[in-house]
Amino acid sequence: MKYHFKLLLSAGVLATSLGIQGAHAAKTSMTIALQLEPPHLDPTSAAAGAIDSVLYSNVFEGLTRFASDGAVIPGLAKSWEISEDGTEYIFHLNSAVTFHDGSTMDANDVKFSLDRARAEDSTNAQKALFSGIKNVEVLASDKVKVTLASPNGSFLFNMAWGDAVIVAPETIDDIKTNPVGTGAFKFSNWVQGDKIELLRNEEYWGKPAHLETATFKFISDPSAAFSAMMAQDIDAFAGFPAPENLAQFESDSRFQVLVGNTEGETILSTNNKMPPLDNVKVRKAIAHAIDRQAIIDGAMFGYGTPIGTHFAPHHPDYVDLKANSNYDPELSKKLLSEAGFSEGFTTTLKLPPPSYARRGGEIIASQLRAVGIETEISNLEWAQWLEEVFRGKDYGLTIVSHTEPMDIGIYARPEYYFQYDSSEFQAVIKALNVESNPQKRSDLLRKAQRIISEDYVNGYLFELAFPTVANAKIMGLWENAPTQATDLTDVKWAD
Amino acid sequence: MIRPSTSLQFGILLCLIPMIMATISFFWQPFDVTELNISNRLQPVSLTHPFGTDHFGRDMLSMIMVGAQTSIAVAFVAVGIGVLFGVPLGLFAANWRGGFIDDGIMRFNDLVFAFPSLVIAILITAIAGPSAFNAIVAIGIFNIPVFARISRGAALSLWQREFILSAQVAGKTGLRISTEHVLPNLMHILIVQATIQFSLGILAEAGLSYIGLGAQPPTPSWGRMLADAQTMVSLAPRLAIVPGVAIIITVLGLNLLGDGLRDALDPKLRGSMKK
Amino acid sequence: MIKYFFRRLFTFVLSLALASIVIFSLVEIAPGDPASFMLGINAQPDTIAALRSELGLDQPKINRYFDWIGGMLTGDFGISYTYRTNVTEMVGDRLWVSLPLALYALFLSTVIAIPTGIYAAAKRGKTGDFAVISATQLGIAIPNFWFAIILVGIFAIKLQWFSAGGFSGWKDGLFNGITSLTLPAIALALPQAAILSRVMRSALIETLGEDYIRTARAKGLSSSQTIWTHALRNALIPVLTIIGLQFSFLLAGAIIIEQVFYLPGLGRLVFQAITQRDLIVVESVVMLLVFAVILVNFIVDITYMLVDPRLRQDSI
Repeated sequence: MKYHFKLLLSAGVLATSLGIQGAHAAKTSMTIALQLEPPHLDPTSAAAGAIDSVLYSNVFEGLTRFASDGAVIPGLAKSWEISEDGTEYIFHLNSAVTFHDGSTMDANDVKFSLDRARAEDSTNAQKALFSGIKNVEVLASDKVKVTLASPNGSFLFNMAWGDAVIVAPETIDDIKTNPVGTGAFKFSNWVQGDKIELLRNEEYWGKPAHLETATFKFISDPSAAFSAMMAQDIDAFAGFPAPENLAQFESDSRFQVLVGNTEGETILSTNNKMPPLDNVKVRKAIAHAIDRQAIIDGAMFGYGTPIGTHFAPHHPDYVDLKANSNYDPELSKKLLSEAGFSEGFTTTLKLPPPSYARRGGEIIASQLRAVGIETEISNLEWAQWLEEVFRGKDYGLTIVSHTEPMDIGIYARPEYYFQYDSSEFQAVIKALNVESNPQKRSDLLRKAQRIISEDYVNGYLFELAFPTVANAKIMGLWENAPTQATDLTDVKWAD
Repeated sequence: MIRPSTSLQFGILLCLIPMIMATISFFWQPFDVTELNISNRLQPVSLTHPFGTDHFGRDMLSMIMVGAQTSIAVAFVAVGIGVLFGVPLGLFAANWRGGFIDDGIMRFNDLVFAFPSLVIAILITAIAGPSAFNAIVAIGIFNIPVFARISRGAALSLWQREFILSAQVAGKTGLRISTEHVLPNLMHILIVQATIQFSLGILAEAGLSYIGLGAQPPTPSWGRMLADAQTMVSLAPRLAIVPGVAIIITVLGLNLLGDGLRDALDPKLRGSMKK
Repeated sequence: MIKYFFRRLFTFVLSLALASIVIFSLVEIAPGDPASFMLGINAQPDTIAALRSELGLDQPKINRYFDWIGGMLTGDFGISYTYRTNVTEMVGDRLWVSLPLALYALFLSTVIAIPTGIYAAAKRGKTGDFAVISATQLGIAIPNFWFAIILVGIFAIKLQWFSAGGFSGWKDGLFNGITSLTLPAIALALPQAAILSRVMRSALIETLGEDYIRTARAKGLSSSQTIWTHALRNALIPVLTIIGLQFSFLLAGAIIIEQVFYLPGLGRLVFQAITQRDLIVVESVVMLLVFAVILVNFIVDITYMLVDPRLRQDSI
């Protein structure tokens, strides 16, 4: 009798304490899911976007950083001076900044990070961001001078990228599995294939985070994502992969749905050197055969903004050129017969894994078939897609979303997988790179958009939407995704 | 008392459903499955669309009918591969029983059996690209040892029979004996096994298609229909239920057919033996 | 007997060697460069080349094969390309999910199959038998991933009795872990139970019809219990063989179920590794699975050899 009573009592105590702990923990811990798991934890070498999605701004910080509206704001550098000719930048660093292992962050670390990124043997995925740097000089422990070979209007923008975050030489060796940065959260644990846990950095130099612990879970399967969210196994999903379920979450008072924009232009990439796609009339015919709204409705259940060129529509310099490629199948057939293809032709349509590509691909195939163009669809995994389409350029058409901000410059590279070679366009981009006057930059950007629209380089479909589903009580989540990041520094539970 | 013919009757009946659907769909489909009509999507069950429409506006009944073609074709050819390569292997092994050919063939069998079939199937499609053809190869490869083992086993016991020994004494070669005397008496076992492997092939094709490694769009496939339907299970459960039931009916029918045939063709019940 | 043992050992080693060659070749043929995949769209060719060198991908194939074999023999399964961690560690972690899941499914399958199989054999020819046979026929015909989707729809989303998937780890408690694995185990167990039930039924029917049972009856051993225990014991032999086979199937064949429930198990590891072109993981894990099956076969053969007097004389 006495034994049983003791047992019951201890069970009761245990249950109550767990209960109390449970109720308390819900307020300062959060589980947020992402589709893709990072392959490793170093944003500065061989980086996949998924690494930034977990670590950018949470664990690692750069000289500058992106705010939720895409603006470039001070990061580890609190201010800077730019020389008259635009080639010298002096960054003033914040003081009393420490890395998560306790060591101080100073100008030497900045020099180390930048030199490492631009070194001969660097495996930084965005080496181009650093190639213009001629020299990095430590002026004082909180002052760094960066000299560029030629002026670059996007330099501050470039330094906000995840590949440019500041790292420390003391902890660089196992950064891939134990990342040590300066951010508001520090890395705690990684269960490969499942989750990554972050803990609040109590010694953070800036405004401390609200959350004590943040857990990132990785769920790539759209139906698993839906089930997990519905069953409330997770508190939020950033970049929810199944737009067909968003309406259901919206009508459920337990959840909130945020739909923001991304820098992802989803395009029907066309191999400009593969006949008959090398004929601009044929490409124009393809453009008019496509009904953008049907694709947005069918593949994305209405989420997404149609675009007429390779530029983000929420950007002030965007030019609406959709009329150049409006839905007109009759015109399409006419153009095809003018080009000598009244019987139509067959080409390949190779699709990577995301559902915008797989579903969008089926819809486009059907639209092209209606004007006589047959497509052979192959659904490829990313590895095969990179091999065959991106590097091998062995494709006719493909669908992919280019998520880097301000990446219209890729059209100036003739060896890029579109294989578009226009000296007029290349001249525009060259001028843009050295231009720092904002008005002149706007004009050049507009001109660039017009050229690629009128050359019908690719089929411009829509700007990818960024849906986030979360518990209705969470505040501070970013609505937009100006860069690949899940910034949790200002996220908290409402009381 | 369970009469063998009940299984057989039910089996034939159930099998006929997908077979007839597949055959009809060669010549006529209620709606064109390659035509996507987004504005018509997710329509409920109606007279025009007995199973409703899917998320792309395609008629579900037409999708099921054409999907039957895919499943049946893949499973059938995969069985064909198993029989074509497996039976001769089994017969050779039985002919040269006890020697290292027999041993080698049996070890080869064991080796193939040891491989996790799904993983290898995924690997094959990763190498060669996803397609119905590659699914056939991947499934067919694992049918070979099944038929090799079963023909060897049955052939071995036949080789002990008197009429075989007398043929040997008469001077017939192993090859002739195998083809003229052993093989015909294996047929009933092979037919039954083929039906079973056929049903397993349908399940395997569905599984491979489900993870995206079978027939590619726009060719409909039951497995892929299930994968597409998964996120919409709460919006329109019939999208997931209908292809699942189609698979179940086909596999069930084939299994019942196999059982029924086994009882019907068993020589011990029939009482005669082909000499 | 000794000769048989050594012959068997020889084939065991030979099978392993052949398997390793097949696996290595298959994986190497797969197109797609792991380095390209890891670096993504915007990487420059020289970055890719640097990474390839770092990963050792620029070595000739023969060297890489022997490095791999040598490593495995010393227990070192290499370093994963994508995750940059020890493959042995990763496999170990995943086994903590796949092994319990396989055992759980096996347990459920056995617990359902054996009683129903015995019942069907006892009621042979009557309605009870017919009911069991119909149920097993249906069970075999149901694709387990479809069943999983239905289970999730009803029990996780609608009723919220179980979580829809995921596995938080055993450190959150035994009960927690088991509940996470319940729906997947049920989905896996269903077709296996159906198969096992039929095997139990037919094995039992066969042994009950055996001569020595009839002799025992004739000799006056009318106690149905003794006959049943006799028959059951012998009927269990093929059943145990099937259970063994099912176990190895469950370990590797649960890929699709692991996808549906996003469990961090061995199957999903291999699947992801294939799509990420993480060649080392694919090679090592497949080799491990094949090794397990070949080993089990070897042990079974040797056991039969020791147990079955017929095999002791060197004739097959």
